[in-house]
Amino acid sequence: MNRINKLFQEKPSNILSIYYTAGFPELGDTLLIAEELERAGADMLEIGFPYSDPVADGPVIQASSKQALEKGMDLKTLFNQLKDLRSRINIPILLMGYVNPMLQFGVENFCKACAEVGVDGCIVPDLPMAEYEEHYQEIFKQYNLSNIFLVTPQTSEERIRKIDELSTGFVYLISSSATTGKNLQVSQNTEDYFARIAGMKLKNPTMIGFGINNKATFDKACQFANGAIIGTAFVKVLSEDKSATAIQKFMKSISE
Amino acid sequence: MNYFVNEKGYYGDFGGAYIPEMLYPNVEELRQNYLKIINDESFKKEFHQLLKDYVGRPSPLYLAKRLSAKYNANIFLKREDLNHTGAHKINNTIGQILLAERLGKKRIIAETGAGQHGVATATVCALRGLECVVYMGEIDIERQAPNVARMKMLGAKVVPATSGSKTLKDATNEAMRDWVNNPVDTHYIIGSVVGPHPYPDMVAIFQSIISEETKKQLKEQTGSDQPDYVLACVGGGSNAMGMFYHFINDENVKLVAVEAAGQGVSSGHSAATTALGKEGVLHGSRSILMQTEDGQVVEPFSVSAGLDYPGIGPQHAHLFKTGRGKYVSITDDESLQAGLLCTQLEGIIPAIESAHALAYLEKMTFTGHENVVVCLSGRGDKDMDTYMKYFGL
Ligand SMILES: Cc1ncc(COP(=O)(O)O)c(C=O)c1O
Repeated sequence: MNRINKLFQEKPSNILSIYYTAGFPELGDTLLIAEELERAGADMLEIGFPYSDPVADGPVIQASSKQALEKGMDLKTLFNQLKDLRSRINIPILLMGYVNPMLQFGVENFCKACAEVGVDGCIVPDLPMAEYEEHYQEIFKQYNLSNIFLVTPQTSEERIRKIDELSTGFVYLISSSATTGKNLQVSQNTEDYFARIAGMKLKNPTMIGFGINNKATFDKACQFANGAIIGTAFVKVLSEDKSATAIQKFMKSISE
Repeated sequence: MNYFVNEKGYYGDFGGAYIPEMLYPNVEELRQNYLKIINDESFKKEFHQLLKDYVGRPSPLYLAKRLSAKYNANIFLKREDLNHTGAHKINNTIGQILLAERLGKKRIIAETGAGQHGVATATVCALRGLECVVYMGEIDIERQAPNVARMKMLGAKVVPATSGSKTLKDATNEAMRDWVNNPVDTHYIIGSVVGPHPYPDMVAIFQSIISEETKKQLKEQTGSDQPDYVLACVGGGSNAMGMFYHFINDENVKLVAVEAAGQGVSSGHSAATTALGKEGVLHGSRSILMQTEDGQVVEPFSVSAGLDYPGIGPQHAHLFKTGRGKYVSITDDESLQAGLLCTQLEGIIPAIESAHALAYLEKMTFTGHENVVVCLSGRGDKDMDTYMKYFGL
């Protein structure tokens, strides 16, 4: 069983997953930050591999991606950095990024490299379900890699069922149709949407992300899903202060 | 060989809809409805009426005598520069605004490079009373100031794109982000044959009026509806696709697509996509794009804001890969010289984009009887600053 499935089995609620950009703020920070996050209580990590044109991202993650690219981050470098991932970190790790760098690296090579270093899954927002199913699903399966799909408030029930069927790991619920970094305003509509999905009794666990930026929004999300994902709010912390103390302080602000 | 889109949204290896889930409902709504709407009689009637009475179509096919004498061939100019707002872009925006209305959309967004598509979008929004937001690279806002003023007067909000190279690619990113954030009432009027399926096909259909008219006009003027060559410049490729469309299956008509070489194909400051690019995904479709080995998009360069784009539409990628089209490139200097030549021989100041297509005539050899159609995609008013500076006028 891969680490993601195991996590949801052992901890079905209040899962805290943190997103950050590889190679940010400094090229060599990728694993150091992962270690700090695990130590501070993160249950799962999403490491972003940067792309020049991230259309689903707001200004904060755009800026971190740009800086990481300028420092020299690319997929080759990232997989090199992740070589001793599993001697240092136990929690599940996902890679998150856009499809073009993955295509240039070669999807098969990418999956193979993930498996070799011990990455458990990936999230590629602009890899459509149809394309995945037709060309890549078999490769992902072969390397026991979870591919995580997104669901938005506008995704139809029929499509959510299809996504649930194709997913291994969890289903990623986007809190509202938005780019990353828009602070979540929990309205009646949002609650209705979360409740509607919860009521669908999907076979996969669910995580809520986009706009989760503090304890209040994290707790709210956890009422409706198995956990939540924090990205921009954490990347903001890193851009100001990447010290262990700052990371711990942020993690405490969410979980205490 | 099929050169048109298949039922999966592909042209050979290219096309598809590589979009985040947030855009899926909008793109899917379009995919399910665009052909039905476009082929509807009431749509067709309204579209053609507006093209005639508002845009001023058909645009003339003009036999340019002095250029013909210079190049030793019959050079015809398809005068898209005479359209209302000064370029071919309005053919597409008229079509898309009528479509957006039928889908019940209330708000329009667009990206623009040269500002021609922005103006064409702002124009149809004023015409139909819809809210309009145009994203434009900060650098382009500077180099195409007259068009920025026009958009503002037309009531559009012009939002500067400040990321990346601050040109067309980045404006497109911002427009896509806007659409992600406004998933219900907004229609994105893409300005070229790029983007996720069905955009490349839809925009090509709206622009195909160019070759539809050209065929009729050629028949009247030469007795044959088949020229030897058609030439057009390629940014994303919409005027070229419009110019090629009804000739694609006439295999004896040679299709020539002219890209912007900038300061030279190997200068590091170029936008010659087929020469420098590799297959990949940009702005929602699989095509050919300029990128690093790691798949990061390379910042393009061209004196012409409308050609300053690191990709081409997927149908162009297919025409290129199959060899059906010939893809060539022209430098900044060559295009500006060709713009001046056309001005002095024919009294027509072309857009610098269109001047790229004209410049390629210099590189062709003719025997005196070839019929050659060049798509004069736009007029040069917006480029006067650049021309004046370059020629010290
Ligand atoms: C006059 C003119 N020609 C050509 C282009 C390039 O676009 P496309 O390749 O889609 O025709 C532009 C774009 O702004 C333009 O304004």
